[in-house]
Amino acid sequence: MSEFLDMGGYGAYIWPCYALTLIVLVGIAVSARRALAAEHTRALRRAQANQELST
Amino acid sequence: MSSNTESSVLNAPPKSGTRWLWFHKLSSPPYAYRTSGVLRPWFLWSALILMAIGVYGGLMLAPPDYQQKDSFRIIYVHVPSASMSLMVYVVMAVASAVGLIWRMKLAHALAAACAAVGAWFSVLALFTGSFWGKPMWGTWWAWDPRVTSELIQLFLYLGFIALRSSFEDTQRADRASAILAIVGVVNVPVVKYSVVWWNSLHQGPSITLTKSTIDPSMLWPLFVMLLAYALYFAAVMCDRLRVEILKRERNASWLTDIGAK
Repeated sequence: MSEFLDMGGYGAYIWPCYALTLIVLVGIAVSARRALAAEHTRALRRAQANQELST
Repeated sequence: MSSNTESSVLNAPPKSGTRWLWFHKLSSPPYAYRTSGVLRPWFLWSALILMAIGVYGGLMLAPPDYQQKDSFRIIYVHVPSASMSLMVYVVMAVASAVGLIWRMKLAHALAAACAAVGAWFSVLALFTGSFWGKPMWGTWWAWDPRVTSELIQLFLYLGFIALRSSFEDTQRADRASAILAIVGVVNVPVVKYSVVWWNSLHQGPSITLTKSTIDPSMLWPLFVMLLAYALYFAAVMCDRLRVEILKRERNASWLTDIGAK
C-alpha cells in the first residue's frame, strides 16, 4: 500500500493532482445543483405571485 | 419567432415543414428544461462509472512509463481537463454564434452555462500541468507556448464571465459576451497546435488520427477518462442550463407547471 502511495517517488506530484481534480469536479456539480435549487425556488415564488395577481 | 412568447413557440407548427421540427422543439425552453432533467442522471452515472474504471486502469493496471516512470499517471487527469477546456470553449462559441444569428435565447443560455465550468477545466489543466512540470521540466511554471496559451484560455473564460456580469440586462449581456466568445475562439487552435508550431517544453502530441505512440495498456484508461469527462460536463450542463433557463423565463406560465410536480 505504501508502495502504491509512493508512486515510485512521484506520489507528492501525482496525489495533489488527483485530489484537486476530485475537489473541483465535485465542486462544479454541487454548485450547479445548489444554484438550480435556489433558482427553482425563486422562479416558483415569482410564478405564484404572478398567478395571485392575475386572479 | 418572437423571443418573448415561448409558449406560442411551443404550440406553433414549424413553418418550413417537419424537417426543422426537432430544432423548434429543442429550442423551446420548457422542452429543454424537461429534457435536461431527464438526461442528467444518465450522463452523471455513466460518467462516474467510467471515471472509476479509468482511474483504476490508469493508477493500478497501466505500467510505469519507460522514461517518465510513474509521474506520467498525471496524464489521466491532465489531458482530459485540458481537452475539455478547449471543447467547452468551442461549445460556448458555437452556441454564442447560433444565439446571435438566429436570435435564439436558449443558445445564449447554453453559452452562459458553459463559462464557469470551462474556466475550472482550465484551472485543472494548468494545476496538474504544473505538478507534472516540476518533476519533468524541473520547474512549476514556464512561459512556454502551450502553458501561456492555456493561461490565455482561462482569461478568456474569466473575461466572458466578467463581461456578462457588467450588464444588468440579460439580453445585452448575451449579445456582448457572444461576440467575445466568438472572437476568442481563435485561441483554441493556438493552444492545440502550440506544441507543433513552436519549440515548446511541453511534449508533442502522442495521439494523432493516424498513429499513437502510447502503448494500448496506457492508452485505454486515457480514452475512458476523456469520455467520462465529456459525460460529466454534460451532466453539469444539464443543471447549469436549467439555471440559465429559469433566469431568462421570468414570466413564463409553464413555470407554474414545474412547481406542481
